Amino acid sequence: MGVITDNLDIWIPALLGTLRIFFFGLIIALVLGFIVGAMRVSPVPIARVMGSAYVNFVRNTPLTLMFFIFAFAVPPLIGYNNREVLGILAIGLYTATYVAETVRSGINTVPVGQAEAARAVGMSFGQVMTHIVLPQAGRSVIPPMMSVIIAFLKNTTVAAGFSIINLGMMRSYMSERGENMMVVLLWVAAIFVVLVFILGAIQNFLEKKLKVAR
Amino acid sequence: MKKRRITSLAAVGAAAALVLAGCAGGEDDAPVDVADDVQLEGSSTFDAIQERGSIVIGVKEDQPGLGYLDAATGERSGFDVDIARWMAAELGFEEDQIEYSAIPSANREQELVNGNIDMYVGTYSITDDRKEQIDFAGPYAITGQGLLVGADNDSIQSDSDLSADVTVCSATGSTPIQNIRENYDAEPVEYDTYSQCIAQLEDGSVDAVTTDELILLGYAAQSPDTLQIVGEPFSEELYGIGIPQGDDAFRDFLNDALENGGDTWTEIWDNNLGATGIEGEQPAVDRY
Repeated sequence: MGVITDNLDIWIPALLGTLRIFFFGLIIALVLGFIVGAMRVSPVPIARVMGSAYVNFVRNTPLTLMFFIFAFAVPPLIGYNNREVLGILAIGLYTATYVAETVRSGINTVPVGQAEAARAVGMSFGQVMTHIVLPQAGRSVIPPMMSVIIAFLKNTTVAAGFSIINLGMMRSYMSERGENMMVVLLWVAAIFVVLVFILGAIQNFLEKKLKVAR
Repeated sequence: MKKRRITSLAAVGAAAALVLAGCAGGEDDAPVDVADDVQLEGSSTFDAIQERGSIVIGVKEDQPGLGYLDAATGERSGFDVDIARWMAAELGFEEDQIEYSAIPSANREQELVNGNIDMYVGTYSITDDRKEQIDFAGPYAITGQGLLVGADNDSIQSDSDLSADVTVCSATGSTPIQNIRENYDAEPVEYDTYSQCIAQLEDGSVDAVTTDELILLGYAAQSPDTLQIVGEPFSEELYGIGIPQGDDAFRDFLNDALENGGDTWTEIWDNNLGATGIEGEQPAVDRY
Protein backbone atom coordinates (compact mmCIF):
# COMPACT_ATOMS: atom_id res chain seq x y z
CA MET A 1 0.00 0.00 0.00
CA GLY A 2 2.95 2.31 0.69
CA VAL A 3 3.71 2.31 -3.01
CA ILE A 4 0.45 4.19 -3.50
CA THR A 5 0.14 6.30 -0.36
CA ASP A 6 3.72 7.57 -0.58
CA ASN A 7 3.29 8.59 -4.20
CA LEU A 8 -0.26 9.92 -4.35
CA ASP A 9 1.04 13.02 -6.13
CA ILE A 10 1.52 10.92 -9.24
CA TRP A 11 -1.01 8.06 -8.83
CA ILE A 12 -3.97 10.46 -8.72
CA PRO A 13 -3.09 12.45 -11.88
CA ALA A 14 -2.30 9.15 -13.60
CA LEU A 15 -5.65 7.59 -12.68
CA LEU A 16 -7.49 10.76 -13.68
CA GLY A 17 -5.54 10.78 -16.95
CA THR A 18 -6.62 7.22 -17.73
CA LEU A 19 -10.24 8.06 -16.94
CA ARG A 20 -10.09 11.23 -19.08
CA ILE A 21 -8.69 9.39 -22.09
CA PHE A 22 -11.29 6.66 -21.57
CA PHE A 23 -14.26 9.00 -21.17
CA PHE A 24 -13.59 11.42 -24.01
CA GLY A 25 -12.16 8.72 -26.28
CA LEU A 26 -15.29 6.65 -25.69
CA ILE A 27 -17.54 9.54 -26.72
CA ILE A 28 -15.63 9.94 -30.00
CA ALA A 29 -15.54 6.18 -30.57
CA LEU A 30 -19.25 5.62 -29.93
CA VAL A 31 -20.56 8.60 -31.89
CA LEU A 32 -18.27 8.09 -34.85
CA GLY A 33 -18.61 4.30 -34.64
CA PHE A 34 -22.40 4.43 -34.86
CA ILE A 35 -22.26 6.83 -37.80
CA VAL A 36 -19.72 4.72 -39.68
CA GLY A 37 -21.56 1.50 -38.82
CA ALA A 38 -24.77 2.98 -40.18
CA MET A 39 -22.92 4.17 -43.30
CA ARG A 40 -21.73 0.65 -43.97
CA VAL A 41 -25.28 -0.72 -44.15
CA SER A 42 -26.90 2.32 -45.73
CA PRO A 43 -28.51 2.15 -49.16
CA VAL A 44 -26.22 4.94 -50.45
CA PRO A 45 -23.25 3.40 -52.31
CA ILE A 46 -20.85 6.29 -51.67
CA ALA A 47 -21.52 6.11 -47.94
CA ARG A 48 -20.85 2.37 -47.95
CA VAL A 49 -17.55 2.85 -49.79
CA MET A 50 -16.40 5.63 -47.47
CA GLY A 51 -17.39 3.65 -44.40
CA SER A 52 -15.55 0.52 -45.43
CA ALA A 53 -12.49 2.49 -46.58
CA TYR A 54 -12.24 4.17 -43.17
CA VAL A 55 -12.75 0.94 -41.25
CA ASN A 56 -10.29 -1.04 -43.32
CA PHE A 57 -7.63 1.65 -43.35
CA VAL A 58 -7.68 2.63 -39.68
CA ARG A 59 -8.41 -0.79 -38.24
CA ASN A 60 -5.42 -2.23 -40.09
CA THR A 61 -3.13 0.40 -38.59
CA PRO A 62 -1.40 -0.47 -35.30
CA LEU A 63 -2.58 1.73 -32.45
CA THR A 64 0.99 2.82 -31.69
CA LEU A 65 1.29 4.06 -35.24
CA MET A 66 -1.92 6.08 -34.84
CA PHE A 67 -0.38 7.70 -31.78
CA PHE A 68 2.85 8.34 -33.65
CA ILE A 69 0.95 10.05 -36.46
CA PHE A 70 -1.01 12.23 -34.06
CA ALA A 71 2.00 13.00 -31.84
CA PHE A 72 4.65 13.68 -34.49
CA ALA A 73 3.05 14.21 -37.89
CA VAL A 74 -0.21 16.05 -37.18
CA PRO A 75 1.09 18.94 -35.00
CA PRO A 76 3.44 20.40 -37.64
CA LEU A 77 0.70 20.00 -40.27
CA ILE A 78 -2.11 21.75 -38.43
CA GLY A 79 -0.10 23.80 -35.94
CA TYR A 80 -2.08 22.43 -33.01
CA ASN A 81 -0.13 20.88 -30.20
CA ASN A 82 -2.22 19.78 -27.22
CA ARG A 83 -0.85 16.27 -26.78
CA GLU A 84 -3.70 14.98 -24.68
CA VAL A 85 -6.40 16.13 -27.09
CA LEU A 86 -4.48 14.68 -30.05
CA GLY A 87 -3.94 11.42 -28.20
CA ILE A 88 -7.64 11.12 -27.33
CA LEU A 89 -8.42 11.78 -30.98
CA ALA A 90 -5.98 9.06 -32.06
CA ILE A 91 -7.40 6.37 -29.81
CA GLY A 92 -10.99 7.55 -30.40
CA LEU A 93 -10.67 7.32 -34.19
CA TYR A 94 -9.01 3.93 -33.83
CA THR A 95 -11.64 2.47 -31.51
CA ALA A 96 -14.46 3.87 -33.66
CA THR A 97 -13.64 1.29 -36.34
CA TYR A 98 -14.22 -1.56 -33.89
CA VAL A 99 -17.41 0.05 -32.66
CA ALA A 100 -18.58 0.43 -36.28
CA GLU A 101 -18.00 -3.24 -37.05
CA THR A 102 -19.76 -4.29 -33.85
CA VAL A 103 -22.73 -2.10 -34.72
CA ARG A 104 -22.81 -3.53 -38.23
CA SER A 105 -22.75 -7.11 -36.98
CA GLY A 106 -25.62 -6.24 -34.64
CA ILE A 107 -27.65 -4.78 -37.48
CA ASN A 108 -26.99 -7.89 -39.54
CA THR A 109 -28.56 -10.07 -36.85
CA VAL A 110 -31.94 -8.53 -37.65
CA PRO A 111 -33.48 -10.54 -40.48
CA VAL A 112 -33.68 -8.60 -43.74
CA GLY A 113 -37.34 -9.56 -44.01
CA GLN A 114 -38.19 -7.28 -41.12
CA ALA A 115 -36.61 -4.28 -42.76
CA GLU A 116 -38.31 -5.14 -46.04
CA ALA A 117 -41.65 -5.49 -44.30
CA ALA A 118 -41.16 -2.11 -42.67
CA ARG A 119 -40.34 -0.57 -46.04
CA ALA A 120 -43.43 -2.22 -47.47
CA VAL A 121 -45.65 -0.44 -44.95
CA GLY A 122 -44.09 2.86 -46.01
CA MET A 123 -41.35 3.59 -43.45
CA SER A 124 -38.31 5.61 -44.52
CA PHE A 125 -34.73 4.30 -44.06
CA GLY A 126 -34.42 6.42 -40.89
CA GLN A 127 -37.66 5.06 -39.49
CA VAL A 128 -36.73 1.48 -40.33
CA MET A 129 -33.45 1.99 -38.46
CA THR A 130 -34.79 3.73 -35.36
CA HIS A 131 -38.05 1.79 -34.93
CA ILE A 132 -37.30 -1.70 -36.22
CA VAL A 133 -33.61 -2.51 -36.61
CA LEU A 134 -31.65 -0.59 -33.95
CA PRO A 135 -33.81 -1.59 -30.93
CA GLN A 136 -33.18 -5.24 -31.76
CA ALA A 137 -29.60 -4.76 -32.90
CA GLY A 138 -28.73 -2.74 -29.78
CA ARG A 139 -29.76 -5.60 -27.56
CA SER A 140 -27.70 -8.25 -29.31
CA VAL A 141 -24.71 -5.93 -29.57
CA ILE A 142 -24.20 -5.30 -25.85
CA PRO A 143 -21.80 -8.17 -25.03
CA PRO A 144 -19.43 -7.68 -28.01
CA MET A 145 -19.63 -3.90 -27.60
CA MET A 146 -18.57 -4.18 -23.98
CA SER A 147 -15.62 -6.32 -25.05
CA VAL A 148 -14.59 -3.57 -27.45
CA ILE A 149 -14.91 -0.99 -24.67
CA ILE A 150 -12.90 -3.09 -22.22
CA ALA A 151 -10.15 -3.58 -24.81
CA PHE A 152 -10.25 0.18 -25.39
CA LEU A 153 -9.85 0.87 -21.66
CA LYS A 154 -6.71 -1.25 -21.59
CA ASN A 155 -5.44 0.28 -24.82
CA THR A 156 -5.32 3.69 -23.12
CA THR A 157 -1.98 2.69 -21.57
CA VAL A 158 -0.36 2.97 -25.01
CA ALA A 159 -0.72 6.73 -24.59
CA ALA A 160 1.96 6.57 -21.89
CA GLY A 161 4.64 6.59 -24.57
CA PHE A 162 3.30 9.81 -26.03
CA SER A 163 3.44 12.26 -23.18
CA ILE A 164 -0.13 11.76 -21.94
CA ILE A 165 -0.08 11.00 -18.26
CA ASN A 166 -1.95 7.81 -17.34
CA LEU A 167 -1.53 4.57 -15.41
CA GLY A 168 0.72 3.16 -18.12
CA MET A 169 3.39 5.63 -17.01
CA MET A 170 3.49 4.41 -13.42
CA ARG A 171 6.21 1.87 -14.09
CA SER A 172 8.70 4.51 -15.24
CA TYR A 173 7.77 6.96 -12.52
CA MET A 174 7.86 4.46 -9.67
CA SER A 175 11.06 2.72 -10.74
CA GLU A 176 12.75 6.12 -10.79
CA ARG A 177 11.58 6.60 -7.21
CA GLY A 178 13.07 3.27 -6.23
CA GLU A 179 9.83 1.32 -5.77
CA ASN A 180 9.65 -2.37 -6.54
CA MET A 181 8.37 -2.66 -10.08
CA MET A 182 6.51 -5.92 -9.67
CA VAL A 183 4.48 -4.38 -6.84
CA VAL A 184 3.76 -1.31 -8.96
CA LEU A 185 2.63 -3.37 -11.92
CA LEU A 186 0.41 -5.54 -9.72
CA TRP A 187 -1.27 -2.41 -8.36
CA VAL A 188 -1.81 -1.07 -11.86
CA ALA A 189 -3.29 -4.42 -12.84
CA ALA A 190 -5.54 -4.36 -9.76
CA ILE A 191 -6.86 -0.91 -10.68
CA PHE A 192 -7.66 -2.11 -14.18
CA VAL A 193 -9.42 -5.18 -12.79
CA VAL A 194 -11.63 -2.91 -10.70
CA LEU A 195 -12.40 -0.65 -13.67
CA VAL A 196 -13.23 -3.65 -15.87
CA PHE A 197 -15.48 -5.05 -13.10
CA ILE A 198 -17.43 -1.82 -13.18
CA LEU A 199 -17.82 -2.09 -16.96
CA GLY A 200 -18.90 -5.72 -16.55
CA ALA A 201 -21.54 -4.68 -14.04
CA ILE A 202 -22.85 -2.06 -16.46
CA GLN A 203 -23.06 -4.74 -19.14
CA ASN A 204 -25.10 -7.03 -16.84
CA PHE A 205 -27.39 -4.18 -15.91
CA LEU A 206 -28.02 -3.24 -19.54
CA GLU A 207 -28.57 -6.84 -20.60
CA LYS A 208 -31.16 -7.37 -17.87
CA LYS A 209 -32.87 -4.07 -18.53
CA LEU A 210 -33.19 -4.62 -22.27
CA LYS A 211 -34.07 -8.29 -22.05
CA VAL A 212 -37.29 -9.29 -23.77
CA ALA A 213 -39.12 -12.60 -24.02
CA ARG A 214 -38.62 -14.14 -27.42
CA MET B 1 27.41 35.98 -29.94
CA LYS B 2 31.15 35.43 -29.90
CA LYS B 3 30.85 32.99 -27.06
CA ARG B 4 28.33 30.98 -29.00
CA ARG B 5 30.63 30.78 -31.98
CA ILE B 6 33.35 29.35 -29.78
CA THR B 7 31.05 26.77 -28.23
CA SER B 8 29.72 25.73 -31.58
CA LEU B 9 33.28 25.40 -32.88
CA ALA B 10 34.07 23.20 -29.94
CA ALA B 11 30.97 21.20 -30.67
CA VAL B 12 31.99 20.75 -34.32
CA GLY B 13 35.29 19.43 -33.07
CA ALA B 14 33.43 17.13 -30.71
CA ALA B 15 31.30 15.80 -33.51
CA ALA B 16 34.38 15.14 -35.60
CA ALA B 17 36.03 13.41 -32.67
CA LEU B 18 32.94 11.29 -32.16
CA VAL B 19 32.96 10.24 -35.79
CA LEU B 20 36.66 9.46 -35.64
CA ALA B 21 36.26 7.51 -32.44
CA GLY B 22 33.46 5.59 -34.06
CA CYS B 23 35.64 4.74 -37.04
CA ALA B 24 38.55 3.59 -34.96
CA GLY B 25 36.19 1.42 -32.93
CA GLY B 26 36.72 -2.18 -31.97
CA GLU B 27 39.17 -3.70 -29.57
CA ASP B 28 42.13 -1.78 -30.94
CA ASP B 29 41.40 1.26 -28.82
CA ALA B 30 40.68 -0.69 -25.65
CA PRO B 31 42.19 1.63 -23.06
CA VAL B 32 43.55 -1.09 -20.80
CA ASP B 33 45.13 -4.49 -21.15
CA VAL B 34 43.00 -7.46 -20.33
CA ALA B 35 44.04 -8.93 -17.00
CA ASP B 36 45.05 -12.57 -16.71
CA ASP B 37 44.23 -15.00 -13.94
CA VAL B 38 41.84 -12.83 -12.03
CA GLN B 39 41.08 -14.29 -8.63
CA LEU B 40 38.05 -13.06 -6.76
CA GLU B 41 37.03 -14.98 -3.66
CA GLY B 42 33.51 -14.89 -2.30
CA SER B 43 31.81 -13.15 -5.21
CA SER B 44 28.76 -15.02 -6.47
CA THR B 45 28.52 -12.68 -9.45
CA PHE B 46 32.09 -13.38 -10.52
CA ASP B 47 31.60 -17.13 -10.07
CA ALA B 48 28.58 -16.99 -12.36
CA ILE B 49 30.51 -14.96 -14.95
CA GLN B 50 33.40 -17.43 -14.95
CA GLU B 51 31.12 -20.40 -15.29
CA ARG B 52 29.43 -18.76 -18.26
CA GLY B 53 32.71 -17.67 -19.83
CA SER B 54 31.29 -14.29 -20.72
CA ILE B 55 30.18 -11.18 -18.89
CA VAL B 56 26.74 -9.68 -19.48
CA ILE B 57 26.74 -5.89 -19.19
CA GLY B 58 23.62 -3.78 -19.35
CA VAL B 59 24.08 -0.58 -21.37
CA LYS B 60 22.17 2.16 -23.15
CA GLU B 61 22.37 2.26 -26.91
CA ASP B 62 20.56 5.45 -27.86
CA GLN B 63 22.79 8.06 -26.24
CA PRO B 64 25.51 9.37 -28.51
CA GLY B 65 28.79 9.97 -26.71
CA LEU B 66 27.75 7.86 -23.71
CA GLY B 67 26.20 4.58 -24.74
CA TYR B 68 25.49 4.30 -28.44
CA LEU B 69 24.98 1.48 -30.91
CA ASP B 70 25.72 2.35 -34.51
CA ALA B 71 22.97 0.45 -36.29
CA ALA B 72 24.93 0.36 -39.55
CA THR B 73 28.18 -1.08 -38.24
CA GLY B 74 26.96 -2.76 -35.04
CA GLU B 75 29.70 -0.87 -33.22
CA ARG B 76 29.10 0.28 -29.66
CA SER B 77 30.74 3.49 -28.53
CA GLY B 78 30.61 6.05 -25.79
CA PHE B 79 31.95 6.95 -22.39
CA ASP B 80 29.81 4.46 -20.46
CA VAL B 81 30.52 1.66 -22.88
CA ASP B 82 34.27 2.29 -22.58
CA ILE B 83 33.98 2.26 -18.79
CA ALA B 84 32.20 -1.08 -19.13
CA ARG B 85 34.98 -2.37 -21.42
CA TRP B 86 37.57 -1.20 -18.89
CA MET B 87 35.85 -3.01 -16.01
CA ALA B 88 35.46 -6.15 -18.11
CA ALA B 89 39.17 -6.01 -18.97
CA GLU B 90 40.05 -5.70 -15.29
CA LEU B 91 37.95 -8.80 -14.66
CA GLY B 92 39.86 -10.62 -17.40
CA PHE B 93 37.36 -10.49 -20.26
CA GLU B 94 38.08 -9.42 -23.80
CA GLU B 95 35.74 -7.46 -26.01
CA ASP B 96 34.43 -10.62 -27.66
CA GLN B 97 33.60 -12.11 -24.28
CA ILE B 98 31.30 -9.23 -23.41
CA GLU B 99 27.60 -9.63 -24.08
CA TYR B 100 25.91 -6.25 -24.20
CA SER B 101 22.29 -6.02 -23.26
CA ALA B 102 20.38 -2.82 -23.98
CA ILE B 103 18.06 -2.20 -21.04
CA PRO B 104 15.73 0.76 -20.65
CA SER B 105 16.03 2.83 -17.49
CA ALA B 106 12.85 1.57 -15.84
CA ASN B 107 13.95 -2.09 -15.97
CA ARG B 108 17.47 -1.72 -14.61
CA GLU B 109 16.94 -2.74 -10.98
CA GLN B 110 14.72 -5.67 -11.92
CA GLU B 111 17.24 -7.04 -14.42
CA LEU B 112 19.99 -6.87 -11.79
CA VAL B 113 17.76 -8.40 -9.11
CA ASN B 114 16.76 -11.21 -11.48
CA GLY B 115 20.42 -11.84 -12.31
CA ASN B 116 19.93 -11.33 -16.05
CA ILE B 117 22.90 -8.98 -16.19
CA ASP B 118 26.14 -8.96 -14.17
CA MET B 119 26.49 -5.21 -14.09
CA TYR B 120 24.93 -2.11 -15.56
CA VAL B 121 26.91 0.83 -16.89
CA GLY B 122 24.66 3.45 -18.41
CA THR B 123 23.96 6.87 -16.88
CA TYR B 124 22.86 5.09 -13.71
CA SER B 125 22.47 7.65 -10.91
CA ILE B 126 23.32 6.50 -7.41
CA THR B 127 20.30 7.00 -5.14
CA ASP B 128 19.40 5.69 -1.71
CA ASP B 129 16.12 4.28 -3.04
CA ARG B 130 17.94 2.17 -5.58
CA LYS B 131 20.46 0.99 -3.00
CA GLU B 132 17.59 -0.85 -1.33
CA GLN B 133 17.44 -3.21 -4.30
CA ILE B 134 20.94 -3.17 -5.77
CA ASP B 135 24.46 -1.92 -5.02
CA PHE B 136 26.64 0.62 -6.79
CA ALA B 137 30.36 0.63 -7.46
CA GLY B 138 31.84 4.03 -8.15
CA PRO B 139 30.77 6.77 -8.78
CA TYR B 140 32.69 7.08 -12.02
CA ALA B 141 31.17 10.37 -13.22
CA ILE B 142 29.48 13.48 -11.86
CA THR B 143 26.88 15.44 -13.75
CA GLY B 144 23.67 17.34 -13.14
CA GLN B 145 20.39 18.27 -14.75
CA GLY B 146 20.99 20.58 -17.70
CA LEU B 147 19.01 22.25 -20.46
CA LEU B 148 19.31 21.80 -24.21
CA VAL B 149 17.56 24.35 -26.42
CA GLY B 150 17.57 25.38 -30.06
CA ALA B 151 20.65 27.31 -31.17
CA ASP B 152 18.47 30.34 -32.00
CA ASN B 153 16.68 30.34 -28.64
CA ASP B 154 17.61 33.43 -26.62
CA SER B 155 14.76 33.40 -24.13
CA ILE B 156 15.87 30.35 -22.14
CA GLN B 157 19.21 30.93 -20.45
CA SER B 158 18.88 28.89 -17.27
CA ASP B 159 16.40 26.87 -15.25
CA SER B 160 14.89 30.11 -13.87
CA ASP B 161 13.49 30.81 -17.35
CA LEU B 162 11.27 27.74 -17.27
CA SER B 163 7.99 29.63 -17.02
CA ALA B 164 4.48 28.30 -17.61
CA ASP B 165 4.54 28.91 -21.37
CA VAL B 166 7.64 26.77 -21.87
CA THR B 167 7.45 23.07 -22.77
CA VAL B 168 10.26 20.86 -21.52
CA CYS B 169 10.81 17.32 -22.79
CA SER B 170 12.55 14.36 -21.19
CA ALA B 171 12.27 10.58 -20.87
CA THR B 172 9.00 9.31 -19.42
CA GLY B 173 9.03 9.30 -15.62
CA SER B 174 12.74 10.12 -15.39
CA THR B 175 14.05 12.03 -12.37
CA PRO B 176 14.62 15.25 -14.39
CA ILE B 177 11.03 15.32 -15.68
CA GLN B 178 9.68 14.56 -12.20
CA ASN B 179 11.74 17.52 -10.99
CA ILE B 180 10.18 19.73 -13.68
CA ARG B 181 6.69 18.48 -12.81
CA GLU B 182 7.12 19.19 -9.11
CA ASN B 183 9.30 22.27 -8.89
CA TYR B 184 8.79 24.27 -12.09
CA ASP B 185 5.85 25.90 -13.86
CA ALA B 186 6.94 24.67 -17.27
CA GLU B 187 4.77 22.09 -19.02
CA PRO B 188 6.38 18.63 -18.97
CA VAL B 189 6.44 16.52 -22.14
CA GLU B 190 7.50 12.89 -21.90
CA TYR B 191 8.60 10.38 -24.51
CA ASP B 192 10.17 6.96 -24.22
CA THR B 193 13.51 7.99 -25.66
CA TYR B 194 15.60 11.14 -25.72
CA SER B 195 15.84 10.96 -29.48
CA GLN B 196 12.07 11.56 -29.70
CA CYS B 197 12.51 14.63 -27.51
CA ILE B 198 15.36 15.84 -29.71
CA ALA B 199 13.17 15.41 -32.79
CA GLN B 200 10.43 17.49 -31.14
CA LEU B 201 12.97 20.13 -30.15
CA GLU B 202 14.30 20.33 -33.67
CA ASP B 203 10.86 20.80 -35.22
CA GLY B 204 9.88 23.33 -32.55
CA SER B 205 7.19 21.28 -30.80
CA VAL B 206 9.00 21.66 -27.48
CA ASP B 207 11.18 24.50 -26.24
CA ALA B 208 13.80 22.59 -24.30
CA VAL B 209 15.05 19.11 -23.53
CA THR B 210 16.25 18.39 -20.03
CA THR B 211 18.22 15.54 -18.51
CA ASP B 212 21.71 14.96 -17.18
CA GLU B 213 24.09 17.36 -18.89
CA LEU B 214 26.44 14.56 -19.92
CA ILE B 215 23.67 13.04 -22.03
CA LEU B 216 22.80 16.41 -23.54
CA LEU B 217 26.47 17.01 -24.41
CA GLY B 218 26.38 14.03 -26.75
CA TYR B 219 23.39 15.43 -28.64
CA ALA B 220 24.78 18.96 -28.74
CA ALA B 221 27.97 17.55 -30.23
CA GLN B 222 25.93 15.72 -32.86
CA SER B 223 23.98 18.79 -34.06
CA PRO B 224 26.10 21.82 -33.15
CA ASP B 225 24.31 24.06 -35.66
CA THR B 226 20.83 23.54 -34.26
CA LEU B 227 21.28 22.72 -30.56
CA GLN B 228 23.00 24.39 -27.62
CA ILE B 229 23.34 23.76 -23.90
CA VAL B 230 22.43 26.69 -21.66
CA GLY B 231 22.95 27.48 -17.99
CA GLU B 232 24.62 25.57 -15.22
CA PRO B 233 23.53 22.11 -14.02
CA PHE B 234 20.81 22.53 -11.39
CA SER B 235 21.12 19.21 -9.60
CA GLU B 236 23.89 16.72 -8.85
CA GLU B 237 23.89 13.18 -10.17
CA LEU B 238 26.58 10.60 -9.50
CA TYR B 239 26.82 7.81 -12.03
CA GLY B 240 27.65 4.40 -10.59
CA ILE B 241 28.05 0.87 -11.87
CA GLY B 242 24.96 -1.09 -10.90
CA ILE B 243 25.69 -4.57 -9.50
CA PRO B 244 23.62 -7.19 -7.69
CA GLN B 245 22.99 -6.34 -4.06
CA GLY B 246 25.17 -7.81 -1.30
CA ASP B 247 28.11 -8.87 -3.47
CA ASP B 248 30.68 -6.80 -1.55
CA ALA B 249 33.70 -8.63 -2.98
CA PHE B 250 32.61 -7.75 -6.51
CA ARG B 251 31.90 -4.15 -5.53
CA ASP B 252 35.30 -3.77 -3.83
CA PHE B 253 37.00 -5.21 -6.89
CA LEU B 254 35.35 -2.69 -9.21
CA ASN B 255 36.03 0.17 -6.79
CA ASP B 256 39.69 -0.83 -6.60
CA ALA B 257 39.87 -0.96 -10.38
CA LEU B 258 38.37 2.52 -10.66
CA GLU B 259 40.74 3.88 -8.00
CA ASN B 260 43.91 2.30 -9.36
CA GLY B 261 43.25 3.06 -13.00
CA GLY B 262 45.71 5.93 -13.18
CA ASP B 263 45.11 7.85 -16.41
CA THR B 264 42.67 5.35 -17.83
CA TRP B 265 39.62 7.36 -16.81
CA THR B 266 40.95 10.59 -18.26
CA GLU B 267 41.81 8.77 -21.48
CA ILE B 268 38.26 7.40 -21.77
CA TRP B 269 36.81 10.83 -21.06
CA ASP B 270 39.01 12.53 -23.64
CA ASN B 271 38.23 9.89 -26.26
CA ASN B 272 34.49 10.31 -25.90
CA LEU B 273 33.64 13.68 -24.42
CA GLY B 274 36.88 15.61 -24.13
CA ALA B 275 36.31 17.45 -27.40
CA THR B 276 33.16 19.09 -26.03
CA GLY B 277 35.59 21.38 -24.22
CA ILE B 278 34.46 20.32 -20.78
CA GLU B 279 37.23 19.23 -18.49
CA GLY B 280 36.43 15.86 -16.96
CA GLU B 281 37.62 14.86 -13.53
CA GLN B 282 37.28 11.42 -12.05
CA PRO B 283 35.21 11.53 -8.85
CA ALA B 284 36.39 9.80 -5.70
CA VAL B 285 34.99 6.34 -5.16
CA ASP B 286 32.38 6.11 -2.43
CA ARG B 287 32.72 2.88 -0.42
CA TYR B 288 29.47 3.11 1.48
